[in-house]
Amino acid sequence: MLFKQAFTALSMALTIGLTPAVAVAATAPDALIKQISTEVIDTVKSDKAIQGGDVAKIIALVDTKVMPHVNFQRMTASAVGRHWRTATPEQQKRLQDEFKILIVRTYAGALTQVKDQTVQLKPLRAAAEDTEVVVRTEVKGKGDAIQLDYRLEKSGSDWRIYDVNVLGVWLVEQYRSSFAQEIGSVGIDGLIAKLAERNKSAAKG
Amino acid sequence: MKRCLERRLIPLAAATCLIALTGAAQAQSAKDPIEGWNRAVFGFNDGLDAALLKPLATGYKAVVPELVRNGVSNVFNNFGDGWSAINQLLQGKPVAAAQMAMRVATNSLFGIAGLFDVAADLGIERQPEDFGQTLGRWGLPAGPYLVLPLLGPSSLRETAALPVDMQWRPAALTNDSATQVGLSALQLIDVRAGLLGASRILDEIALDKYQFVRDAYLSRRRSQVYDGDPPDLPEAKDDAPATPGKP
Repeated sequence: MLFKQAFTALSMALTIGLTPAVAVAATAPDALIKQISTEVIDTVKSDKAIQGGDVAKIIALVDTKVMPHVNFQRMTASAVGRHWRTATPEQQKRLQDEFKILIVRTYAGALTQVKDQTVQLKPLRAAAEDTEVVVRTEVKGKGDAIQLDYRLEKSGSDWRIYDVNVLGVWLVEQYRSSFAQEIGSVGIDGLIAKLAERNKSAAKG
Repeated sequence: MKRCLERRLIPLAAATCLIALTGAAQAQSAKDPIEGWNRAVFGFNDGLDAALLKPLATGYKAVVPELVRNGVSNVFNNFGDGWSAINQLLQGKPVAAAQMAMRVATNSLFGIAGLFDVAADLGIERQPEDFGQTLGRWGLPAGPYLVLPLLGPSSLRETAALPVDMQWRPAALTNDSATQVGLSALQLIDVRAGLLGASRILDEIALDKYQFVRDAYLSRRRSQVYDGDPPDLPEAKDDAPATPGKP
């Protein structure tokens, strides 16, 4: 009992102590991540269809709430690596479309697991003039906290996400070797075909 | 029987290292020089998982009430937290070690021998550490990737650390081999049941499951050694040479 009170007091002190510091340092990027996370989690919590795994609905949610803040072209280009520059505009577009479906489906799969989670931001380590920052967050729920970090770039006055880290694994880096392996053996068109096939079979199952 | 398995594991690991070294000459990739062997073991593990472990874990989740399953997880985790505390101490992180020790004390006393994770409600977070991370913290590189039969993804460093980690688990407390097998099996099923959601996502998003698991494993272990904030790799830039030669 005493323990609990002591901890509550301690955590309150920490919250009060930290809030002004964060508020001052918080230019747009971490506030943006906080806003997107909260909106998405709140929507999932209040929507039974999404909790039940209604993929179409989840994709619509991701498309409206998350995708406007993602630089998906940079994400794809970076995952494809040096082969991106030799790809035709048509190939680039198809790569981007298929990769997007793959990523959104991944995200959708994770979202169906959302129950009583909250997202907590870690203090941002960035200077005011930085144009690329890492926002580090933790998703807290019943089990262990899940590390979820974002890389953001400043484009004009907006911040846009271009990479995500789940549990210590950066998504773009993770797919870069995947893609390199496929391009090495079957070429860019082979990779596109493989992505399309993967998306199609997952949509069925 | 379990003892027997453990004893066999070490020479097996040694043999694997040997193959790793001889295979290095025809290295396809520096981090995975014995890919052919690893892929074979991965396939074997995957088959075993599909035939045995996954159905067992699914059944366990369906039959055993959540309250009981949570109790089982909590007891195993509480045990692991003690080992984490020791490893944090070995890594020169006394504050984190004290927090984990506090976690174990709280859960053992107020959580009825670890059945309930009271510490989580109090905001004392878990930071899992093992001996492989301790070795990494002191600068030992991960070495080549290894897939171990039954145990799955590993690396030379983690495999070397495994016998040490193995000394600290509930099954090592008893000399009765039937109890040891039972406890080990329960621990395995508990872990697998917790991963059912993740493995379903994995099946959907990986182009090549072997490669996906390998790269995610190596990145995650590296991140864990640096407590979630590793320094950037030198080649992690947009125009990195994606394939040095043929992959």
